[in-house]
Amino acid sequence: MQTLTQRLANPTRFMELSARLLPWFVAASAILLVYGLYLSFFDSPPDYQQGETVRIMYIHVPCAWLSMMIYGLIALSSFGLLVFRHPLADVSAKAAAPLGAAFTFLALVTGSLWGKPMWGTYWVWDARLTSVLLLFFLYLGLIALRSALEDEGAAAKLTAVLALVGVTLLPIIKFSVNWWNTLHQPSTDFGATVDPSMRLPLLVMALAFTLMFFAMHLKAMRNEILRRRAKALRTQIIMGRDRLAAQGAAE
Amino acid sequence: MTGVWALLHRDLRLAVREGGAIGTALGFFLIVVSLMPLGLGPDLNLLARIAAGVLWIALLLAALLSLNRIFEADYEDGTLDVLATGPLPLELVSAIKALAHWITTGIPLAILAPVLGILLNLDLNAYPVLVGTTLVGTPAVSFLGAVGAALTMKTRRGGLLLALIVLPLYVPTLIFGISAVSASAGPSGAGSSFLILAAVSLVTMVLGPVAAAAALRIQIQ
Repeated sequence: MQTLTQRLANPTRFMELSARLLPWFVAASAILLVYGLYLSFFDSPPDYQQGETVRIMYIHVPCAWLSMMIYGLIALSSFGLLVFRHPLADVSAKAAAPLGAAFTFLALVTGSLWGKPMWGTYWVWDARLTSVLLLFFLYLGLIALRSALEDEGAAAKLTAVLALVGVTLLPIIKFSVNWWNTLHQPSTDFGATVDPSMRLPLLVMALAFTLMFFAMHLKAMRNEILRRRAKALRTQIIMGRDRLAAQGAAE
Repeated sequence: MTGVWALLHRDLRLAVREGGAIGTALGFFLIVVSLMPLGLGPDLNLLARIAAGVLWIALLLAALLSLNRIFEADYEDGTLDVLATGPLPLELVSAIKALAHWITTGIPLAILAPVLGILLNLDLNAYPVLVGTTLVGTPAVSFLGAVGAALTMKTRRGGLLLALIVLPLYVPTLIFGISAVSASAGPSGAGSSFLILAAVSLVTMVLGPVAAAAALRIQIQ
């Protein structure tokens, strides 16, 4: 009896399954996104302190959540590649890195847009902001290392090593940043308890964003598999042409 | 054990006889630190307040300069292949190479740091702590740097990529190194930050060689 991950090791089977799943993911995330946006813009109260700007939260929090979840996914895929040599693990890690960087960037941008009316400045060196910024740098490192290496197999494994190093050091980095901030200024607790009327739109948006990420991730993985197939075909064609030319020369 | 000594000896001798690397790092350190007052103004009170941070950041940048030499030369002339097939495990090889980097770069930088502290009007009481933190913190710089050096061994223009990969990982070392120096003037003393800095160094000394060896194995088939 094969487990699901073992069965998915066959790229053809993965392509079939993902082709069937993808429309459902897209539809579900689109419906939830529309519903969530409606809830967050029209059917939730403005905050008694923050007013209408609190609505930025419904975009900001899902992005921040995804920025962490995607790094976890990359670390998991890297582990799968290095330990189990799962053929799709690298495809997954490669497809997830730019998406993760994008969501982390969105979390930073929406956060600073929210910060301007609330704290009076676009950027404060708050512990949480700083650790998200460092997470963004880790994503950039992953993308840069992969693009700098020509051999795709080695690039995959080296990036996986870097991802695992990053995930082991992440708690230490996070802890040190917290420590650093509390040293310089008293930590400000912005995360007050959330009212139920705001919790529902937030949950819906978080779910919609997560599904949206998985839809994009599946699509990116399919693209990557197709790209690799196209590359393999191209080398086959070139090799075949060379063989024909060699035969022609022999005759 | 003789193999360990022989390799360490070789790396140290190479670093000394090649010259250049140590001098370049020290010169870079000196210049970055002396540019700071030119950019920030000659106010001695301000300089004293930021001295620890400036020294630590300049030290990290200076150590970065020589990181890509840890494995690159040995990879290019084939020494690394010989070492990989030899009796020493690659984990030990990368640990020794990182140690050699620390001895040839980390220690000289740590010794120069208090001298440069004079330029920045660093509080005299902070000197012992500054030397202590730089000595205890620089192993983390070398051992994490070895991971980055192993990862970028084959890339062209690896130096900049190395900086991008390694600098975010240096954040804990930087934070605890600086906080130990600035806390030494306060009532609580430098104790806790100093101990955490030592812990960070120890963790990287254990984990760094494992990750570096994994990266090397992928590239030497």
